[in-house]
Amino acid sequence: MTILTLNRKELEKRIGKITAELEKRITDMGTPIEEVTSSEVSVEVFPNRPDLLSMGNFARAVNQFNGKGKVASFKINKPEKNYDVIIDKSVKAVRPRTVCAIIKRMKFNEEKIREIVDMQEKLHNSLGRKRRKLAIGIYPLDKIALPIRFVGRKPEEIKFQPLESAKEMTGRQILRGHPTGREYAHLLEEADVFPIFIDAEDEILSMPPIINSKKTGRIDDSTKDIFVECSGHNLAYLKKCLNIIVANLSEMGGKVYAMNIRDGKDGNFISPDMSAEELNFDIKDIEKTLGIELKEKDVKSYLARMGINAKSIGGRGVGVSGGRKMVAEIPAYRTDILHWIDLSEEIAIAYGYDNFVPEIPSISTIAYENPVDKMKRTIGNILAGLGLLETSSFHLTTKKNIKKMHYDFNDFIEVEESKTERDVLRMDMLTNLLQIASENSDASYPQKTFEMGRVFSRCENTEGRRVGGRRVGGDGRGNTHYLLPTAECRGERGVGCSETGVLEEERLAICLIDESVNFTELKQVLDYLFKMLDVEYSIEAVENSNYIIGRCGKIIVDGRNVGFIGEIAPRVLKNWKIKMPAVALEIEMGFL
Amino acid sequence: MEEKLVVESLSPMERSVLPKLGGEFLGIEDVLDKTGLDKTTVLRAVGFLENKGLVEVESSKKKVVILGILGINYLKKELPERILLNKLTNNKTIPIGEIKNVCGLNDNEARIALGTLKKKALVDIKQGKLSLNARPDEMASKMIEEIFMEKLPMDFDEIVDLDKLAFENLRGRKDIVEIEEQKTMKVRLTDLGRKIAGMDLDENLLEALTPKILKQNTWKGKKFRRYDLTSPVPRVYGGKRHFVNQAIDYAKSIWLEMGFKEMSGNMVETGFWVFDSLFTAQDHPVREMQDTFYLKGLNGKIPEREKKKVECVLSNVQKAHEGGVDGSKGWQYSWNEEDAKKVLLRTHTTCLSARKLIEIGKTGEFPAKYFAIGKCFRNETVDWSHGFEFNQTEGIVVDENANFRQLLGYLKQFFGKMGYDKLRIRPAYFAYTEPSLEIDVWHPVHKKWLELGGAGMFRPEVTIPMFGKHIPVLAWGPGFDRIITQFFGINDLRELNKNDLNKLRETKFWRSQN
Repeated sequence: MTILTLNRKELEKRIGKITAELEKRITDMGTPIEEVTSSEVSVEVFPNRPDLLSMGNFARAVNQFNGKGKVASFKINKPEKNYDVIIDKSVKAVRPRTVCAIIKRMKFNEEKIREIVDMQEKLHNSLGRKRRKLAIGIYPLDKIALPIRFVGRKPEEIKFQPLESAKEMTGRQILRGHPTGREYAHLLEEADVFPIFIDAEDEILSMPPIINSKKTGRIDDSTKDIFVECSGHNLAYLKKCLNIIVANLSEMGGKVYAMNIRDGKDGNFISPDMSAEELNFDIKDIEKTLGIELKEKDVKSYLARMGINAKSIGGRGVGVSGGRKMVAEIPAYRTDILHWIDLSEEIAIAYGYDNFVPEIPSISTIAYENPVDKMKRTIGNILAGLGLLETSSFHLTTKKNIKKMHYDFNDFIEVEESKTERDVLRMDMLTNLLQIASENSDASYPQKTFEMGRVFSRCENTEGRRVGGRRVGGDGRGNTHYLLPTAECRGERGVGCSETGVLEEERLAICLIDESVNFTELKQVLDYLFKMLDVEYSIEAVENSNYIIGRCGKIIVDGRNVGFIGEIAPRVLKNWKIKMPAVALEIEMGFL
Repeated sequence: MEEKLVVESLSPMERSVLPKLGGEFLGIEDVLDKTGLDKTTVLRAVGFLENKGLVEVESSKKKVVILGILGINYLKKELPERILLNKLTNNKTIPIGEIKNVCGLNDNEARIALGTLKKKALVDIKQGKLSLNARPDEMASKMIEEIFMEKLPMDFDEIVDLDKLAFENLRGRKDIVEIEEQKTMKVRLTDLGRKIAGMDLDENLLEALTPKILKQNTWKGKKFRRYDLTSPVPRVYGGKRHFVNQAIDYAKSIWLEMGFKEMSGNMVETGFWVFDSLFTAQDHPVREMQDTFYLKGLNGKIPEREKKKVECVLSNVQKAHEGGVDGSKGWQYSWNEEDAKKVLLRTHTTCLSARKLIEIGKTGEFPAKYFAIGKCFRNETVDWSHGFEFNQTEGIVVDENANFRQLLGYLKQFFGKMGYDKLRIRPAYFAYTEPSLEIDVWHPVHKKWLELGGAGMFRPEVTIPMFGKHIPVLAWGPGFDRIITQFFGINDLRELNKNDLNKLRETKFWRSQN
């Protein structure tokens, strides 16, 4: 989320007094107001509109939206002598592209310089993807000898005094020792040569995308004319970025001069190119998309409010059928119009979202509910009828929590760089209920809880790990057991683990905790549940050190082990600091 | 007449207590004596009578000195010092070391017995031997401690003179006397109480209806005692489904009522279905590790690239990204298949819609309406309005004639039924929808608009790779949790998965909102 903060006084000079009504207009335009203070106005700018990330461009858009400004046109002066930027083939391997412009007669003061630095930083972070995709440099023209060369040079041969540094540094030293260098070192580190802009007197202007030279790379109050470059990999994005900057500087009163970009075999071209792009569309398609009727003149006026010129194709006296095709002139600074569908949103915004009348169409469709969810509701009702309380836990948990019961489990499915302590997917449901018991020692007993939900396990070797039609994990000595999902019991849920290597299974866990709770009490619950669901089952004793020996059983349905039931071992209760006896069961829900 | 009803409402214990009370305040102990009932019964009766306005109760607290465990024992037998004194009378002298054996006392008692008698100057010690130094009358009379103990319990404030001294002496010795804070209660009849007490209380009312009474018809011609229906009762808590699941079930019923089919699928997905098929550029910030949970060491499978086949999803998706679907400029970069294979926890349920679109594209079965309510994951730090797990309510409408106004229609219908009549809709941006919109509701506690999430119409770059041509698809995916917090009075999303059992027991049931 990018927040654009503008000087309120400067903005009001351009768009008029900020009133509640104007605030609403600005929000309706698609830039929601975040905050208005006596000195500043903050708006949110969506990532598709980097062209709004500066005072001049933003104010122009607001005025156009309010019908106060014309669609922008930009005068580009022809390159003067030596207005050349030569791209050397040595830079091709590291940063092959650049587009440039010269802007003259700028009137800078502290506020305007702040505006420009802010625009540069915002474009770096949004369109530039934190300088990975592109970086922008702005230089005082009077400190530079034209023409300019863009070359690649070995880092140790690059030597200049960067901004915010007291001494000269080499390319490598900047990456290691300069604060900005360290921040963006990952973008250059692995390159053999580093890119530099260098002037006709061999003075280094900058080392993109890291930093400018102190001598030639800082504009101040006295600067009138500037040289602007965007460098990176993707020419289309570089051009758009430069156009956005040029449009804004031009709004600030600058005169734009083109430069010749000499790119060797890749060809020469003149930059910037601020001519609009044409995009054909049919009013009928827009009408169909938005569900409103539009006249040609409405479309023109709506698009004009969005800063876009439009005219009909063919024009003269065309009939109803043929006169619906139009062409839009997309301003050179817009990055977000990829397809005619984008024009439909432009028109919708100008039409006003508030003005659309909601409608429910009369199409007939038959509803369908996922059977697993139906089953969950049934089970939930049965267990709630027995006085059990349903809980709801996170799918992510910690290794430590899982190991409190399954001390020998190690096949964790881990997420990368979690911002919380929870960094593995849960492998069972019982861990949740025991954690809840452990955190609720002050709640009155008995505590009878249940939870239904997904558990996760790896499945790259599903076949090999099946035990009697059921994958059962354990410590290999037969002392502990836990259920692992099988592909065949997945049923209706999910799309198969073969695509991700992770199997998901729906489970039910129940836990009863009280001073005098025992196996019988829980078996009664299981018995009732299965009776209500018409499921026949049997229990087979099993030695499982997670439960008290002699009080744990496998739950068998149709010859398959679908779960475990038993009195939780004191070791496990101690690990969880649970002070009461507990009985618990966990079953898969796939067979239900 | 009213007094008659009051009489009929008196329980047997009230009936026993009431006549024993008078216009003057009476201590509760006295009431016990007079009625011969136990204290619990009397207190309950007084409580009920007070509720009915028949008695007036004055309660106060006081300190009372009572016998401790040892004290009760000593009072039954004898104090250690008395035992020692008696033995000395018989034996003349006892060696100090022999006291406990001769008297049958433990070390502590022997030491105290000796100390006490020395202090009272009733004994002499010569060459390690103890002998009596008391006059016969001193021997015969009771010690002040013995006198005091017999008087207990006593009000602390009423202990004076010798009793005070005895109390101080005994207090230092363990478990002989204790100070207890006692609530005292005095009770007297009110005017109404006096009237009722003067009436004939022997109404012969029936208490509980029993099978025996029913069988023998002994209820005929008799009255049952009237209950005090207003008195509070002990709380009970029922079992129930988790409140979020109750709300989800309700929200599902709304979509079902509108004829939507439910979608379901895995929470673990490849980037292809979560991002690429939804026209999210591979360098989009949402795909970075600080926003999305990627699973360590896993590489997924994505749809195969079928040579020559026009309908190959993979190629079409690639083409949409790189540019060239229906005249779209695309993202103008070179799309990397490997990026699409990364395995992650779904960041939105829209991946279910993407998969469903392929299916619908194959069957050609539309108009179609689908929904899902499911868990999604984002790598976030946790605060009151953010969590790393959250529920989303997803929906798509695939229809040749679907349009933006219908999108608003469905959303308005759903949110209206969820209890939000007024919501704000404003322009928004999502990579995969155009036009897009954002739905906000006002949060009354935090005093700010809350973004519930987005909606829009799938872009041609999404639909064409699935269908081969652009069919309008309405799509939405607002966050679900924030929709329901207001109903439950929750101001902090962390409460949703906290599982505080006390709170869960108290949390009200979800109710239909409209």
